[in-house]
Amino acid sequence: MGELRLMKGNEVIAEAAIRCGCDAYFGYPITPQSEVMETLMALRPWEGSGMVVLQAESEIASIHMVYGAAGSGKRVMTSSSSPGISLMAEGISYMAGAELPCVIVNVQRGGPGLGTIQPSQADYNQATKGGGHGDYSLLVLAPASVQEMHDFVVLGFELAFKYRNPVMILADGVVGQMMEKVELIDQRPRWTNEQIAEISGSWAATGKTANRKKHIITSLEMDSSIMEANNLRLQAKYAQMSKEDVRYETIECEDAEYIIVAFGSAARICQKTVQIARSKGVKVGLIRPITLLPFPEKIIAEYATKVKGFLCVEFNAGQMVNDIRLAVNGKTKVEYFGRMGGIVPNPNEVEAALEQKLIGG
Amino acid sequence: MAKVRGAVVVDNEVCKGCNLCVVACPSRTLALNRDVNSKGYHYSYMENPENCNGCTNCSAVCPDSCITVYRVKVE
Amino acid sequence: MPELAQKIRDIIKPENIVYAKSPLMNDDVMHYCPGCSHGVVHRLIGEVIEEMGIQDQTIGVSPVGCAVFAYKYIDIDWHEAAHGRAPAVATGIKRVMPEKYVFSYQGDGDLAAIGTAETFHAVNRGENIVMIFINNAIYGMTGGQMAPTTLVGQVTSTTPYGRNVDLNGYPLRITELLAQLPGAAYVTRQSVQNAAAVRKTKKAIRKAFEIQAMKKGTAFVEVVSTCSSGWKLSPVDSNKWMEENMFPQYPLGDLKDGTRADANDYSIKG
Repeated sequence: MGELRLMKGNEVIAEAAIRCGCDAYFGYPITPQSEVMETLMALRPWEGSGMVVLQAESEIASIHMVYGAAGSGKRVMTSSSSPGISLMAEGISYMAGAELPCVIVNVQRGGPGLGTIQPSQADYNQATKGGGHGDYSLLVLAPASVQEMHDFVVLGFELAFKYRNPVMILADGVVGQMMEKVELIDQRPRWTNEQIAEISGSWAATGKTANRKKHIITSLEMDSSIMEANNLRLQAKYAQMSKEDVRYETIECEDAEYIIVAFGSAARICQKTVQIARSKGVKVGLIRPITLLPFPEKIIAEYATKVKGFLCVEFNAGQMVNDIRLAVNGKTKVEYFGRMGGIVPNPNEVEAALEQKLIGG
Repeated sequence: MAKVRGAVVVDNEVCKGCNLCVVACPSRTLALNRDVNSKGYHYSYMENPENCNGCTNCSAVCPDSCITVYRVKVE
Repeated sequence: MPELAQKIRDIIKPENIVYAKSPLMNDDVMHYCPGCSHGVVHRLIGEVIEEMGIQDQTIGVSPVGCAVFAYKYIDIDWHEAAHGRAPAVATGIKRVMPEKYVFSYQGDGDLAAIGTAETFHAVNRGENIVMIFINNAIYGMTGGQMAPTTLVGQVTSTTPYGRNVDLNGYPLRITELLAQLPGAAYVTRQSVQNAAAVRKTKKAIRKAFEIQAMKKGTAFVEVVSTCSSGWKLSPVDSNKWMEENMFPQYPLGDLKDGTRADANDYSIKG
């Protein structure tokens, strides 16, 4: 059993980063995730694990510092919230194109524009459908608890290096700001230069030694046939993600007549809705996609032939619902319920929507 | 008194005929050739090789690193 | 004549070489236009890295612009940055590998327009990096558009009637501004239009790399350069035009030569 603590979601991102041996964090303050860097600065990991923490002049600079540092083969990360992630879109695309690993945390707030500092899930499409330019995909993890904020930092780095691809932790203001009990991993050392040479030595730009060719970190290729091959290699990687790293959770789905699909803190609320509905005798289950990309389409397709309908619940205007519809492929009814502008629906509200849109309808 | 003599070798295929070495040459050794290389550039060459003293001004200003300079002392 | 040919053959022997291309400069023919200053500055960087024996410790950051392919020509590890972000990328590299030599290489659009914020803040933090700034007062790669450093009245494809201050503002002397920042350890403006200038620029680049080793702060080398294609002049005429028009606006010489100005004490007292 690791150390148990009562912690805020944002704080635990910082704690997990240090403990898993992360080499560097570059960021810029934005509500509701500023505690990530505040916590890091207060903990001064450069005196302990040797982790670098730097406050950049903007989110643009942050992500490009991550881009530079990631080229060394080390474990680097950043965090921000929705408007800041928009600014990072450029660097994220470059990192995906140059095939560099990193972890990016988005503690979402409501949009569009400056929007609100209240929680939201309105960046689902941005995270899963691109955000930046070009045919690239991230691997997107959606934490629903403070424990998962911790666990996904550790997992995020594993996946980022497995695929040499940026991993996004798509959190929201609820999990960022709430406090829960969390079990922390023990402090792990940062990778040594020897370990880095073994893990990233075939590509990292660490200084050209006599025994190898120069390493160039770039997304640029002027020869169209090579650029197409590069794109095909990326697509093959994304296909491998879909095969090997889809994660989801099912709750009371075995006998369900209706299934709610929700991610992140929306799923926590819907778990209560399942209880309320079942106390009324309605057999409702919950599927919680943990990886939003790759999307758990298989499990949804499986249940599509078994249930009377799906209700997608999100803190946005209906984004993930489109992925559910694609997975269901017309085999059953798919409805959406959500709130926007930073409003978090309560379980009874969701239950009422379930009654109205699916059961009664 | 020792006198220096020099010579330059221009990589004809790399030279783009920009003429900067010709202008930089204080001894009027270099000129652009009437012939062209495979890219169509009038490459630089020693028109007056006996003038060269191997001062390396040509190689210093060459943007394409295509000049090698040699120098000897002669009695 | 055969006698002369024999004389030349006697001189052209490996033991008589006084200048040969650095082994760090590879055999790819550069994509630059004839007479382009980039080629000279690339070579000087390669020579400095070779002479300091730091090939295995150096990471270059190439920009977006004509020098986007800088990574093709010098045989070191490279990191290709997004437009204007080279100082941030270099910061990231240097912060996680402080023992390495890191330099950015940027043009005027990259460094002084789209990347102004990254440039200023990297220098203001006193990042221990070398920044090479090629200022030719025009955007070469995209076809000769106005740069922040374009001179008043200078014709470019987006100032076809000359740069007009009412419409376009003034030429940006970013190097003068950067020299004001306490994080800047060494700020100099050089050029490569003749052999003497090239030798001075090489010394400046060498000094910049040595300052990096001393961890004194940012070493910034501007090279006032030509763009004969953009300026629509021959390479030789471009050098003349540069001397006559660029140098009055961008005077050569050291703007700052010292260690980090700890005399500028900004810390809160009491």
